Amino acid sequence: MRLSGLQKEVLALYRHCIRECRKKPEASRDHFLRFARSEFEKNIKIDKRDFTAIEFLLRKGRRQLEVYSSPGVKDIQ
Amino acid sequence: MAALRSSASRLVVGAASRPTLRPVAAAAARGMATVSDDKPRLKTFQIYRWNPETPTEKPRMQSYTLDLNKTGPMVLDALIRIKNEQDPTLTFRRSCREGICGSCAMNINGTNTLACLCRIPKDDGADMKIYPLPHTYVVKDLVPDLTHFYKQYKSIKPYLQRDTPAPDGKEYRQTREDRKKLDGLYECILCACCSTSCPSYWWNSEEYLGPAILLQSYRWLVDSRDEKTAERKDALNNSMSLYRCHTILNCTRTCPKGLNPGKAISEIKKSMAF
Repeated sequence: MRLSGLQKEVLALYRHCIRECRKKPEASRDHFLRFARSEFEKNIKIDKRDFTAIEFLLRKGRRQLEVYSSPGVKDIQ
Repeated sequence: MAALRSSASRLVVGAASRPTLRPVAAAAARGMATVSDDKPRLKTFQIYRWNPETPTEKPRMQSYTLDLNKTGPMVLDALIRIKNEQDPTLTFRRSCREGICGSCAMNINGTNTLACLCRIPKDDGADMKIYPLPHTYVVKDLVPDLTHFYKQYKSIKPYLQRDTPAPDGKEYRQTREDRKKLDGLYECILCACCSTSCPSYWWNSEEYLGPAILLQSYRWLVDSRDEKTAERKDALNNSMSLYRCHTILNCTRTCPKGLNPGKAISEIKKSMAF
């Protein structure tokens, strides 16, 4: 399946999230993975042509990733 | 005797009631001062609404009608009143309500300005249109995302850079003439009105610094106490940071503090050229 640029960006962000999860302590890694997935699944129903909404969520996601990827964040519930 | 007592008691009552009477009279006087005539002067405000919780919903304009006789003179007063009385979900930044914090910058009737310094026009019956600052990502309703703007401000190192200590070991002195050069620059409150009104900044905001940041840049370039002038100029010496300014002068026209970023940018260009 050929993906649009926006879809690729979303997938790249998801991959980036998973990669950041691996840097977390082993005990809480699953929590981070589950959290990242749930954040994406929250908006899974958005129409793929709704560019403005997806672009906004991408920006929001990148901001969130920046916060959670700091080494000070050890666990998430 | 009974008559005397009653009159005495009446006197006491009169004395006691006087202090309670005064505020009532004062309130009445204050009411007279604000209410010019009894006819309500209605004004409709159309305000940009967008909620990040429901990103699939499109932004929309919502109308609110206020009686100007009961509202303060500024647009910010109206916004606060709408938020207090009509719609607590309306979101905007505000702090000082006197034009010194720069929080309430927004686009009012097509002009970027501070809501706290913008009067509600008295006479015309036209609706007021209020939008967030143009070409900014919106956080919610009238709140723009200024992260990039602040990052750019940080990038020009907006602080005194020196290698040599002060001659008297206490403070860095400056002549009156040198201090005068900072007038018209230090007053900038970084409200971002000018930068977001600049077409050049709209199209190149990633790399072009924009009028507000360049004004600050110039403020540190002309500071006689700063010793890194050459480095500062060097950082600006590329095609994007400074030279995307085409002297459109929207910045000078819109500045709610009456500053002249256009002139500051020209001064930088001049000092780079000679």
